Amino acid sequence: MDHFSLWLAAFLTLGIVSFLYKDNAWYKISEAIFVGISAGYWVVSLFWDNFYAKFWKGVFPEDQLNEAGEVIQAAQPDYWLFIGGALGLLMLLRLVPKIGWMSRWSLAFIVGATSGLWLMNYLSSNVLVQIQGTIVPLFSSAFGTGFDATWETAVQNIVILVGTFTGLVYFYFSKEHKGAFGRTARVGIFFLMITFGASFGYTVMSRMSLLIGRIDFLLHDWLGMIE
Amino acid sequence: MSTRAKEIIAIASITVFALIFYIRKVTGGLPFEFPMAVTYGVIGLLALSLLWILILTIQGKLIERRVVFVYVAFAVGLPLFMPISQKMTISPEVQQLYDAVLEQKPGSRVLISFDYDPPSAPELQPMAESFIRLCFERDLQVIIMGLWPQGPQQANLALQKVLEEEAIAAKNLQYGVDYVNLGFQSGNEFVIQGMGDSFKKKFPTDYQGRPYDDIPMLSNVKNFYNIDYCFNLSSGFPGSVEWVQVAVDRYGQDMGAGNTAVQAPTMYAYLNANQLNGLLGGMNGAAEFEILCDYEGKGRKYMVSQSFSHVVVIAFVLIGNVAFFMSGRKSALNGEKEQA
Repeated sequence: MDHFSLWLAAFLTLGIVSFLYKDNAWYKISEAIFVGISAGYWVVSLFWDNFYAKFWKGVFPEDQLNEAGEVIQAAQPDYWLFIGGALGLLMLLRLVPKIGWMSRWSLAFIVGATSGLWLMNYLSSNVLVQIQGTIVPLFSSAFGTGFDATWETAVQNIVILVGTFTGLVYFYFSKEHKGAFGRTARVGIFFLMITFGASFGYTVMSRMSLLIGRIDFLLHDWLGMIE
Repeated sequence: MSTRAKEIIAIASITVFALIFYIRKVTGGLPFEFPMAVTYGVIGLLALSLLWILILTIQGKLIERRVVFVYVAFAVGLPLFMPISQKMTISPEVQQLYDAVLEQKPGSRVLISFDYDPPSAPELQPMAESFIRLCFERDLQVIIMGLWPQGPQQANLALQKVLEEEAIAAKNLQYGVDYVNLGFQSGNEFVIQGMGDSFKKKFPTDYQGRPYDDIPMLSNVKNFYNIDYCFNLSSGFPGSVEWVQVAVDRYGQDMGAGNTAVQAPTMYAYLNANQLNGLLGGMNGAAEFEILCDYEGKGRKYMVSQSFSHVVVIAFVLIGNVAFFMSGRKSALNGEKEQA
């Protein structure tokens, strides 16, 4: 990065961090620049990557030419894209309150098509294979191999079994959580707590990583104080 | 002195400080490194001051929240000056990923999808660098793509760094023959689905606009069946979850993943169900992978700061709990006095 870019990046980084002291004009300027640039970037990106690259070049493609300018492959317009273009236009009708209801057709198409396309994927990856993953032999390394699992594997398998079962019991609300059923659900809560705790720990690590990245930028890239 | 005047003095001091060090850097000044004695001194001072804050809290004197921020900043910044490293044990999931790459024969094709942007770079860029380096060391062909617009740019940064290394540079790797960057393609998970049919349809040109058919290493690559291993670096949607759902479960692709720490817990379910055969979770995963690859990257360097900051966070969680219970006891005692 050149000198100006480095100082600008450092100015904006310190501006964002200054919020920790208190809300101030420096922070607000940095935040506004970030929001503005992000919005601008996405508008440009979506226009060129979707509207131009997919719709425009699909409907009005150019012939492939060789170096002599002769056509190697004639362009074949894909007029089916007009359906997508029309649905896209309908989405913009939300800006006209009187006929804004027509944008629901596009939404209906998106919801319906996405559901249809992804139902099987989710069912397979997030339900069936996950259920399969929890059906494990407790004391064997694999089904039908006898009692050959190490004690670590056995403990791990038992934890998976107990955790899955008690977790499911906790989310069963058709029966009041009392007596043995309630105690089982309570064990499920412990498993959930541990899960949330692990997620929180990972989140702290992730946020710290972002901070480390910025501090490394300030101390290394900007000021050259560290290697 | 008014608060405004103090603020102006603080900003002026930071500017002067920055200017001095910037001029020093530009004129060829070397980076600083604490001697070991200073390092131990700093660690001791940090520990003692935390103990002092704990004692103050027990005495009922609460510290200002900004003090916590300063401590976290110190905990992250100071270790970067220290000549210490952290001992780490390799997690099974990291070892699995490493083994999966080692199992690939020279010339095998590895697809790497860069599904992240600069904010996630501190965690994912070290993974990218060490993974690409390992692939090049093992003479694997690397195909790069991205479902996030800035992903392929991050890939280029990683490539540039790895290709500058002496051992890799000596291999004289050629763009289009040994590695290629296909660039970004919009469409999220539908791009992965489309790639199951034809890579060329989804990426008619590479990142530089070169036609797919003109890239020698892609001449025999039609779809996932021509890819030997797939690695996804992801920090959200679209990312590893979508790759598992389509590339792994639908097309049977062998795949490993590198994720930000926020996303990693979600991915362990896929790892346990053997939908993934390796996982790098956050900076910790990056550092472990660097150890396996014998690569001195930023993952290992950052881990000391990471651990220091965790210790400070844990210390303040404890101090916060002490403050909570002390205040509860105090109010309970006050209640007893009032009743008496």
